[in-house]
Amino acid sequence: MSTGNFENWAGTITDIGPMYPFVGTEMLWFIAGLAFWIWWHVVQTKRENKTYAEEVKRFGDAESLKKIIAGESAENP
Amino acid sequence: MDNELTALGIIFTEFYYWLTVVLMFLIHIGFCMYEVGASRHKNHMHTLMKNTMLIPLVTITFFFFGWWIYFAFPNGPGITGGVETALWAEPWSELMGPHMGGAPVSEALTADDTAGWARINGVFWAAFLLFSWTAASIVSGSVIERIKSTGFWILAVGIGSVWWIIDAAWGWHSAGWMVQKLGYHDAYASGVIHAIAGGYALGILFILGPRIGKFAPDGTPRNIGPRNPWLVTIGLFLIYTGFWGFYVACNVPMWDIQAGDGVFFSATNIYLAPTTLSAITVNFLMSLSGGLLMGYIVSKGDAFWTYSSGLAGIIAASAGNDLYHPIQAMFIAALGVIFMYKLHYWVERKFKIDDAVGAVAVHGYAGCFGVFIAGIFLWGYPSSPDASFAVITPWGQFIGAVIMFWVLGFIPGWVTAKILNGFGMLRIPREVELAGLDVGANAERYAEEQGIINAERAAIGGAAGSD
Repeated sequence: MSTGNFENWAGTITDIGPMYPFVGTEMLWFIAGLAFWIWWHVVQTKRENKTYAEEVKRFGDAESLKKIIAGESAENP
Repeated sequence: MDNELTALGIIFTEFYYWLTVVLMFLIHIGFCMYEVGASRHKNHMHTLMKNTMLIPLVTITFFFFGWWIYFAFPNGPGITGGVETALWAEPWSELMGPHMGGAPVSEALTADDTAGWARINGVFWAAFLLFSWTAASIVSGSVIERIKSTGFWILAVGIGSVWWIIDAAWGWHSAGWMVQKLGYHDAYASGVIHAIAGGYALGILFILGPRIGKFAPDGTPRNIGPRNPWLVTIGLFLIYTGFWGFYVACNVPMWDIQAGDGVFFSATNIYLAPTTLSAITVNFLMSLSGGLLMGYIVSKGDAFWTYSSGLAGIIAASAGNDLYHPIQAMFIAALGVIFMYKLHYWVERKFKIDDAVGAVAVHGYAGCFGVFIAGIFLWGYPSSPDASFAVITPWGQFIGAVIMFWVLGFIPGWVTAKILNGFGMLRIPREVELAGLDVGANAERYAEEQGIINAERAAIGGAAGSD
């Protein structure tokens, strides 16, 4: 039993085509890959928006900004 | 692969492209260092992650559709024909995975398909992918310190896996319609990588706007110079180093170039027209030198611009560096640097464009210059071994530069940025930009470190401080 198209390296090498497991399921892997890519962007977008909303709330008032900017030097902002 | 000579040729070619990939990886390391060095301390981590994460995003999307576009779109489609069949480049093709080159499982593929592509497909794909990273990374530098990662990464996929590879199909493919009809010649990618990426970046910058404080209230530009010049220096040296791989990857290492009877093997450019590794090695160094020398003069010895001018010099000569005499390459590079340097400051003043690392100038303007000047120096040269194709001309190259910078670069960049901006996915909130893009992470790290200090003080019996 093998998940690939061959069970040993004996015989004619050129009879071996694709070497990866589950040959014939490539389209399913492709669709799953596309879904993973889109999912990643959705999660990242939500997370970044949430982070900035929190940071604006936390550091966005005039007093906090003044304090942060005052801590910067001309050489090291 | 059934005799040593054939095997040697195939495995050498496989190894050749693999080596270019390793070298080109240095370009990305260089871009990361360069960008971080150019950003302010409060934005370092955001700048680094923005550039780093384009690697996986462009990689997977280039696998999903970028590679197929290159082989499917040389006719436009709709200009010289329809969509070409490219079974080996489809993401579900057996030839996109490990393959011994034997009988195909898919009925759509032939034994010839598998014999040829089983060995070369992966390394050839990777070499093109590294160009894709470069295109996206060029854009990354120009937009630092105020772009949201969300927006940038969508833009990166656009330039890295769609727009540049369309231009490669049109003007950097042995049967591309621009080569056939315009005689377009761009051997080392002045236009197909640099001009398009510069144009794309400029389109984004028009929508994104400058960093807060870049322009004084009266509109005078202020210099937000590199915060770590040493990191910038090493970054640019690494980009130069990786550029060797870039140049070599633009060649086909071994091809029978003899028309008609007889056989003559040589290296060729991407259009399968003859060149040599020696030619491009000397011209690379001479154009680097021309760029550095002129950059030092025009910028009055400014280190940032002198280094960048070395790169711009190479880019300005790249379109014809397979054929130029080395001294021609040097002068073309020097002229390209004057052009891009002057244009950078004119555009900055006139349109209030904040190109943070000069990427639009170094890549976009120098790239356009390089494409056009090749039309003058190589006027009348064959653009391809196929005698039915148009010859190289100044007007063919000029139209080519316009297509690269404006049609496939600026317009898609501007439109995508406009849409992203409309959805609030482009610009960092003003308060966060002022405080610094790493402000949240820094605050958490500070609190964590303070916790450790307090615990240690408590352990040794001291009072916990709040400093």
